[in-house]
Amino acid sequence: MDSPASPDRLPRVELAAISKHFGQGDTRVDALVDVALTVRAGEVVGLRGPSGCGKSTLLNVIGCVTEPSSGWMRLDGEPVYDGRFLRRDLRRLRLTRIGFIFQTHNLLPFLNATENIAAAMELAGMGHAEARERARALLAYFDMRQMRAYPSELSGGMAQRVAIARAIANEPHIILADEPTAPLDSAHAQGVMNLLERIAREQEAAVLVVTHDESIFHRFDRLISMHDGRIEAEEVPTHPVPAA
Amino acid sequence: MNLALRDVRRNKLRFALTTLGIGMLIGVVIAMAGIYEGALTDALRLPRALDADLWVVQPRTFGPFAEPSRIPRDTRELIRRMPGVAAAGAVTFQTVQATAGRRPVRLFLEGYEIGRPGGPANLIAGHGLTESHYQIIADASSGLKVGETVPLGPYRDPFEVVGLTHGMVNSGGDPMAWVTLLDAQALQFAVPPALERREQASGRNRPTTTDINAVLVRLSPRAAPAAVAANIARWKHLAAVPEVEEERYLTAFVIQKMQAQLGMFMGILVAVSAVIITLIIYTLTMDKLRSIATLKFIGAPDRVIVAMIVQQALALGLSGFAIGLALIEKVKGGFPRRVQIEPRDLLVILAMIVVVCLAGSVLGVRAAIKVNPAEALAGG
Repeated sequence: MDSPASPDRLPRVELAAISKHFGQGDTRVDALVDVALTVRAGEVVGLRGPSGCGKSTLLNVIGCVTEPSSGWMRLDGEPVYDGRFLRRDLRRLRLTRIGFIFQTHNLLPFLNATENIAAAMELAGMGHAEARERARALLAYFDMRQMRAYPSELSGGMAQRVAIARAIANEPHIILADEPTAPLDSAHAQGVMNLLERIAREQEAAVLVVTHDESIFHRFDRLISMHDGRIEAEEVPTHPVPAA
Repeated sequence: MNLALRDVRRNKLRFALTTLGIGMLIGVVIAMAGIYEGALTDALRLPRALDADLWVVQPRTFGPFAEPSRIPRDTRELIRRMPGVAAAGAVTFQTVQATAGRRPVRLFLEGYEIGRPGGPANLIAGHGLTESHYQIIADASSGLKVGETVPLGPYRDPFEVVGLTHGMVNSGGDPMAWVTLLDAQALQFAVPPALERREQASGRNRPTTTDINAVLVRLSPRAAPAAVAANIARWKHLAAVPEVEEERYLTAFVIQKMQAQLGMFMGILVAVSAVIITLIIYTLTMDKLRSIATLKFIGAPDRVIVAMIVQQALALGLSGFAIGLALIEKVKGGFPRRVQIEPRDLLVILAMIVVVCLAGSVLGVRAAIKVNPAEALAGG
């Protein structure tokens, strides 16, 4: 079987010379400078760097929430940006092709676990009953029994599992995660990484994870370092970093 | 999935308390409309109950309710003999302040001739006047009971309550009462003995006690009201006003100010409600900004978010309306004046609430639309 980074695998995320700046003249800030990145199906890629280096901007650009200033981008094989966004229904693209996992789970506080997941599917057009059934199945898949619990009643680890279930509910080919293990202890952080790896392999999804958490660096197929809006280095981690 | 409903379900207590507050405010608006309708009904109830086709009054007045009208008592005999007139009755109106037991009682007193138009209709207790003097029929809202005596006039003559009516008050809300015309005239013009002696000593003429305020006319079935009225108006000291015109005087002149006052008050209340509903919706939306950013980030269309805010605003307004209505229905009996809730007014208030809620959600919707989905992400 070929490795996740094998060129034979489908590229899900392709970025070339992507730049993004905010402001003009003296107030201009270059958040991304000539970023080139490819993440393939089944690959779990880590993205690290100091605060303000452009990691979240890069996630926003790939998530079509922020429009780049220049460059070229293709998502799931479809050209999306070439000096301008090429399609108008970016919302639909986000809903069906991209799954998001946030640092603080960002579950809707007024929906219970099942409803949080079902809502994403209903927004994509699935019927109410079918969405609820699939949401329950996903929770069972993640060993979650508290199907009717509200986010405030869930531990950090459980809430993050619900958030991951929501992210993959519409079977997206691209999963973007913004520091998904930040609020979790080491054991739960490894649990989240297990889930992301499983999803990447089983759903042929490209997973891009922004993280500062060194304890999970060894879990990535590739680890990309950013600095001042540029991709500075890329490595294939092999061993766990010893705990400090 | 209805997100607005889910949000309400999750925050039941907050929603219930907010709705209760809005409901009380809307209840006051409903009460205002009810008080106006009640005043209108009260004002029209007396002339309608008297069931006259024509009111003969002093010319160039809007009497006898809108302004004083004084005509000679023999007018009734003149009118009765006219072609087309089936019956005529002389009446007087005055407000009296009395004491029943130790309780102050204010009455709008009508003097009428027994057996002629002008008497009370539909007694709920007792019987009509049977004696020429010292009997009185009162509305039950006065608190008087059959058999009780009420001292009236400068000599504090005891009037025995012989009958009761229900729901008969004047435009000012004072309970109606009926005595014989003779008693009413005596009450209107009698003065205390000392004053009478002084008047005689000064050589002044005492005002005649035979004047009346109006003559109520019932026409024969085939008589034309306009023709009879024109005939009566040939006497220069008389004017004949059709029943509908008398009702118009009441609504246009007597309770017009009350209508304007209540209208102004309702306008202020609606404006206050609009500000409060707007603030509540805006605050509820601001509390959900992160959720809204998340919804946008994962791909929810704006219409889902707008629907959530607008539906919540409408839920607040409509629940508040239901609570306000229930509240007023419950307590309206305790109001000193009639509160009459009309479906037409409720529809208007409901429409106003819907408009206020829709307008009130504009600020919240604007804030939600402006939320950048990127705000769902933390860090840099």
